[in-house]
Amino acid sequence: MTAPRTSPSQDDGYNFAYLDEQTKRMIRRAILKAVAVPGHQVPFGSREMPLPYGWGTGGIQVTASIIGLKDVLKVIDQGADDTTNAVSIRRFFAKTAGVATTEKTDEATIIQTRHRIPEMGLGDDQIIVYQVPIPEPLRWLEPRETETRKMHGLADYGVMHVKLYEDIAKYGHIETSYDYPVLVNDRYLTAPSPIPKFDNPKMHGMGALQLFGAGREKRIYAIPPFTRVASLDFEDHPFEVQAWDQSCAICGADDSYLDEVITDDQGGSMFVCSDTDYCQRRVAAGHKGAGDA
Amino acid sequence: MYVAVKGGENAIDNAHALLAEERRGDPSVPELTLDQIKQQMTFAVDRVMGEGSLYDPDLGALAIKQACGDLVEAVFLLRAFRTTLPRLGVSEPVDTADMTVRRRISATFKDLPGGQVLGPTFDYTHRLLDFALAAEGAAPPVAAEAAPEDMANLMPRVTDLLAQQDLIEPEVGPDDTDRHVADLTRDPLEFPAGRDLRLQNLARADEGFLLALGYSTQRGYGRNHPFAGEIRMGEVAVEIVPEELGFAIEIGDITVTECQMVNQFTGSATEPPQFTRGYGLVFGRSERKAMSMALVDRSLRARELGEEVTAPAQDEEFVLYHSDNVEAQGFVQHLKLPHYVDFQSELVLIRALRREAAARRNEAAE
Repeated sequence: MTAPRTSPSQDDGYNFAYLDEQTKRMIRRAILKAVAVPGHQVPFGSREMPLPYGWGTGGIQVTASIIGLKDVLKVIDQGADDTTNAVSIRRFFAKTAGVATTEKTDEATIIQTRHRIPEMGLGDDQIIVYQVPIPEPLRWLEPRETETRKMHGLADYGVMHVKLYEDIAKYGHIETSYDYPVLVNDRYLTAPSPIPKFDNPKMHGMGALQLFGAGREKRIYAIPPFTRVASLDFEDHPFEVQAWDQSCAICGADDSYLDEVITDDQGGSMFVCSDTDYCQRRVAAGHKGAGDA
Repeated sequence: MYVAVKGGENAIDNAHALLAEERRGDPSVPELTLDQIKQQMTFAVDRVMGEGSLYDPDLGALAIKQACGDLVEAVFLLRAFRTTLPRLGVSEPVDTADMTVRRRISATFKDLPGGQVLGPTFDYTHRLLDFALAAEGAAPPVAAEAAPEDMANLMPRVTDLLAQQDLIEPEVGPDDTDRHVADLTRDPLEFPAGRDLRLQNLARADEGFLLALGYSTQRGYGRNHPFAGEIRMGEVAVEIVPEELGFAIEIGDITVTECQMVNQFTGSATEPPQFTRGYGLVFGRSERKAMSMALVDRSLRARELGEEVTAPAQDEEFVLYHSDNVEAQGFVQHLKLPHYVDFQSELVLIRALRREAAARRNEAAE
């Protein structure tokens, strides 16, 4: 495989990485505070971006504030580099910052993601930026911000434990399969963004700095490198991740998160890696799946 | 068998090319000019400027053209432009008592100093489609009889007349002295929100959302007994005080519509019975929105006035968090972004639950 790394030239009509320097400084201050209080949601003066709210404006503002000329940016959505919104965000930074972009997880210094953590482990020279739609893990249980802030202040998370318990009592399982709440540094209940709970264990003790940006909700939070991140569970119902009976039809991986692709209208389907870079690496290394005709 | 999902870049480029083609429509029809939009679609331009928080009719017209007439999309375009602009100064408060009035009506007094001025309005038109308009090239309409020159000077605000008799609450609250005005475009919303922040939010809010909320108060969801004390529309001067000059200079005129609702209030432990205010102010000629804003402003003052908060229009978190159509349209429409990772995790879960349910049924049957 050839490295798809490119260095387009920056569009002169904008400040580097679009945001003005004052705004970047304001956001960097919020990030520093967020790193100092792991898992705590820091309000910030989120700006209107030329991309719609809910489409990654928080992640884009965080990335724009930390990115420098030497950075190499990877953008993924659903684990893939070529989904339309990932393409759109990558182009945005290629145009406004002129930075190099890559699809290779280990080449990137900044990875902006929506809904996944790459399968490949991240190192302490990398930063992962999550796009967050609803930063408040208690929001579905308590719609009022004034109340949830109080609950965080008092570390009063009983309502979440009751919710998980009720799931088990009713269904025999915890019914949350993505955006599964975590406790960061034994203190703040935190939303991991809507990643599948399959990815939750990767957050624990991760080498990379994890930054979370919620543009519409105007919140930034962070998990510093090598921080304890625990998915909520019970002693008799320990946390479990998704598993598949199948392996990837393209590369044969049985340890990655799989997407189901419908192949006909007779109930036929196949499973492929959601992390496209991981899948391509395995294919390049000579692995083969059963279904790759 | 498996069709790779590669090709996002090409798809995006082609989609945008198609959009440009559809925007232009049939090339045998003359292209719409910005002047035509600015002159003949004024309510659309006014709405886009108001909700886009940027007073610039030329850019408003451009946004409408670019958005093919989708006004919420045009608002978004204007907002995304506005956010890049430097802040050169902060204006002095505009004085609507000093407005060059084009329309002014009061529903609370039959006559009053300055009189009732209907001005240009849809009110009292019969909503019959005017097929004469379909025939283009008609001669321009005959100019209406001009209003007296000195009209503006004789037009005190209705609420000021009530205030002289101490019948309505004073306009300036005790906590208004520091002159710091909140700005939600710079700082995140915080609760409880002051009235300055609420009014800013409402002025930028989606007209349809405010209309429905205001309407809900009239139907009993947080009723606040409003009277349209005064609605006025016209031009006001905007002034700034440049630091190096130290005195105010006019930088231009803007058209605004102001609505002052006068609301019944029976008094509380600390306040005597008096009328209270609901205030609406919007760019351009947007009377429907100014009135809705005034109704909702008054509703959101429930807590401050010691009224029970029972209805959506009185609930500031509900109203302020959901009023912005740029935020709302983005998040509603983000549902069309791929969610197949999360959906897959739901598939895994629901299949497991169904297997277990089937096993339980079989057990019960045996």
